[in-house]
Amino acid sequence: MTDQPVLEIQNLNKSFGALTATDDVTLDLKKGEIHALIGPNGAGKSTLIKQICGQLSSDSGKVIFNGRDLAGMDVADRARAGLGRTFQVSSLVMEFSALRNVMLAVQSKLGTSYRFFKNVRGDKSLTEPAMAALKRVNLEERAHIMTAELSHGERRQLEIAMALALDPKAFLLDEPMAGMGPEGSKKLIGFLDELRHEAPILLIEHDMDAVFSLADRISVLVYGRVIATGSVEDIRNNPAVREAYLGSAA
Amino acid sequence: MSTTLLFEQLLNGLQYGVTLFLMAAGLTLVFGVMGLINLAHGSLYMIGAFACAAVAAATGSFWLGLVASIVAAGFAGVLIEMLVIRRLYDRDHLDQVLATFALILILSEGCRMVFGSFPLYLDAPGFLAGPVTLFGGFQYSAYRLAIILVGGLVALGLYLLITKTRLGIRIRAGEADREMIAALGVNIGTLYTIVFAIGAALAGFAGAMMGAIQSVQVGMGEPVLILAFVVIVIGGIGSIKGALIGSILVGVVDTLGRVTLPGFFNLFMDTAAANSVGAALSSMSIYVLMAIILIFKPEGLVSNNA
Amino acid sequence: MPSLSRETYLNIFLSLALLVFPFIATAMDEPFYITLATRVAILSLAAVGLNLALGTGGLVSFGHAAFFGIGGYAMGILASHAQTYTPIFTWPFVIEGTNQMLIIWLVAIVMSGIAALFIGLLSLRTSGVYFIMITLAFAQMIYYFMISWPTYGGEDGLSIYVRNQFPGVNTLDPSSFFYICLVLMFAGLGLSAMIKNSRFGAALQAARQNEERLAATGIRPFNIKLTAFVISGMITGLAGALMADLNRFVSPTMLSWHMSGEIMVLVILGGVGRLYGPVVGALIFIIFEFIFGGMTEFWQFYLGLVLLGVVLFARGGAIGLLAGKARHD
Repeated sequence: MTDQPVLEIQNLNKSFGALTATDDVTLDLKKGEIHALIGPNGAGKSTLIKQICGQLSSDSGKVIFNGRDLAGMDVADRARAGLGRTFQVSSLVMEFSALRNVMLAVQSKLGTSYRFFKNVRGDKSLTEPAMAALKRVNLEERAHIMTAELSHGERRQLEIAMALALDPKAFLLDEPMAGMGPEGSKKLIGFLDELRHEAPILLIEHDMDAVFSLADRISVLVYGRVIATGSVEDIRNNPAVREAYLGSAA
Repeated sequence: MSTTLLFEQLLNGLQYGVTLFLMAAGLTLVFGVMGLINLAHGSLYMIGAFACAAVAAATGSFWLGLVASIVAAGFAGVLIEMLVIRRLYDRDHLDQVLATFALILILSEGCRMVFGSFPLYLDAPGFLAGPVTLFGGFQYSAYRLAIILVGGLVALGLYLLITKTRLGIRIRAGEADREMIAALGVNIGTLYTIVFAIGAALAGFAGAMMGAIQSVQVGMGEPVLILAFVVIVIGGIGSIKGALIGSILVGVVDTLGRVTLPGFFNLFMDTAAANSVGAALSSMSIYVLMAIILIFKPEGLVSNNA
Repeated sequence: MPSLSRETYLNIFLSLALLVFPFIATAMDEPFYITLATRVAILSLAAVGLNLALGTGGLVSFGHAAFFGIGGYAMGILASHAQTYTPIFTWPFVIEGTNQMLIIWLVAIVMSGIAALFIGLLSLRTSGVYFIMITLAFAQMIYYFMISWPTYGGEDGLSIYVRNQFPGVNTLDPSSFFYICLVLMFAGLGLSAMIKNSRFGAALQAARQNEERLAATGIRPFNIKLTAFVISGMITGLAGALMADLNRFVSPTMLSWHMSGEIMVLVILGGVGRLYGPVVGALIFIIFEFIFGGMTEFWQFYLGLVLLGVVLFARGGAIGLLAGKARHD
């Protein structure tokens, strides 16, 4: 049971007309690991994330999460089942403060979104966990700032805080470093390094330093296909990867 | 029910559908190209009918009236677009709904100020006034038949305009990407005005043609407008082809429902009850049709997002 | 926050003014003004209902006349049967009419809630202009149904001879009926304020602003919006029952798309998403109708001009002009 992967993606396919976005993708995410998914732009990484989250329906294939087939579950179901996701482009409630965004995740976690009377302001069962999540991403001092006024990097942190507040069983982080300064990236790398012990992370990232320093395993996606999966060393030395991806980039 | 009656009602449905198409085409074009929902489209229908009735009464010529309806509605369209509508393209749908609702109030009451509250009457031209005999001695109103033919021709013309002409290419490009078309050096403001005016003229034309069947009065455009919305929801928004399919479907279902449902209920109810239940339910038939299509194809029959 | 307190002061002032209004009208010897104020209270309540869907939830419903009218017909049908001592139906069980407001309100709320559930289930599968057109179309469906169904008056509508009864209150006295309506208006305002600040309200506001995020957070936007739409319809339905009771008359006009437009206009004139927006909107509307309606039969022409001006140049409505931009947190 301990060896059973938390998240298994089996033979997932998706095409848009003649364009094949994901092609027979199979990969898994084990307890305690960071599994990085890399690949050139347009390789189908975001499509894959959307398929896992239920935002896009798959043409074929399965997503198994904690031993359970997610077929027929929508985005909200899958989030409540424990998939904590961040968006490639920050997707937040802009007219809410940072705190109220996270409070939304807390009330979802508690399953109490159909309470109509009690005022959420000052409701400690919401604010305390939300504040704790903000604190973990060093955003507690910005808790009462409107999200629309947060910087780009702060919004990335807020995305992670919302995922944290859901207390998920796996994280799907879509380019969490994008747009962060070097200082912020460094802090985030340290944070993710610890986070993997709470729940494993499927990490999409363009920042290769981050990927190589964090990942336990790496999968390389090219034209919708996984061309290699392996340790950092394996991937660095894989000729097909060098040819298809690193070679063209370096 | 006899086959003749059924066939006559089928033609009535077709005629109604063709009129709806003239309304829906403008609405869906304006939405597809400019992203605007225009509640005041029914007012343009009304303007066309009043212009036709007034000019026909003054000159004695229905044909001059028909020309006047197109000119008046088209001109009103240009004016409305330049004064109000173009300020709404970047607004949300709520603002568009409210501003065009305000336009309805202004245009309807303005029309009442000019023409009064009593309906005007418009007669079909003499040679179309009687019935024509079709195959097998079947008789049908010449005027309604003419509407079907003219409406069909307009639909064809619109199709050719959109697919074959330079203007049509620009319209379709505008639908796809506003910035792209601006980058190509096309004056997007003028293009929008033209598209709006075409939609307005079609609505005015439809109003004039229907004016000779129904009475010409303030508020005549709104029931047609709402049916045109149903057509667009059924057909798929932004699609001319969808508008055509939706129009015919709505026209035929509505007309046939009114004729057949009371008879259907008469099979197991007494006549009076069957008539009232049938009438009540047939008034709902097209909405039920819309609901069914929404359940299975929420994007409409012809989806543009494929 | 000065803008907050200005809006709050405005709200308090309006509440007090409405509370003492019957005394002022009586002192001025203008009892008709009490009827006008009653209309303000009822229309406010109808708009409070719409404001929950429209302002808080971003659901641009152009079909709220359906719920207003259903509420009206709930009153008309129950009261007309009570008036003639005939049961509404006798099979499979007997249902009698009633002239008790409390029962009528309950029926109005339940019936408009059921209608909102069906309309919402279908229309919320779509969004944007589709939603606007579909809510409009379904309201129109009910409108045509009532017109062509002769049992309850068809196009002519239904008249009631005597206003319905409320335990311990003489409802025939205009001031008493006004206070009944005012209390319900305040209750509606209180309820909508509470909902807006609740967990459900947070989810609803998130559904308006970013549905994708709400879903990714594990809350299904469809269910949130549907619930809000049903509550919204229920509040507007209750207002419909009161309006029918005020006029002692209900007709398909209450169901017409023009009515939907009017309720929406009330929300906009006052200010979208503002707590007292519907009250201010209804106040402006009734005053406008009273003043211009007395001067010209074309008063709606001028209403159109004012509305157009507000939409194009004064977004935020009257409260926006008086109290500045809305605050968020």
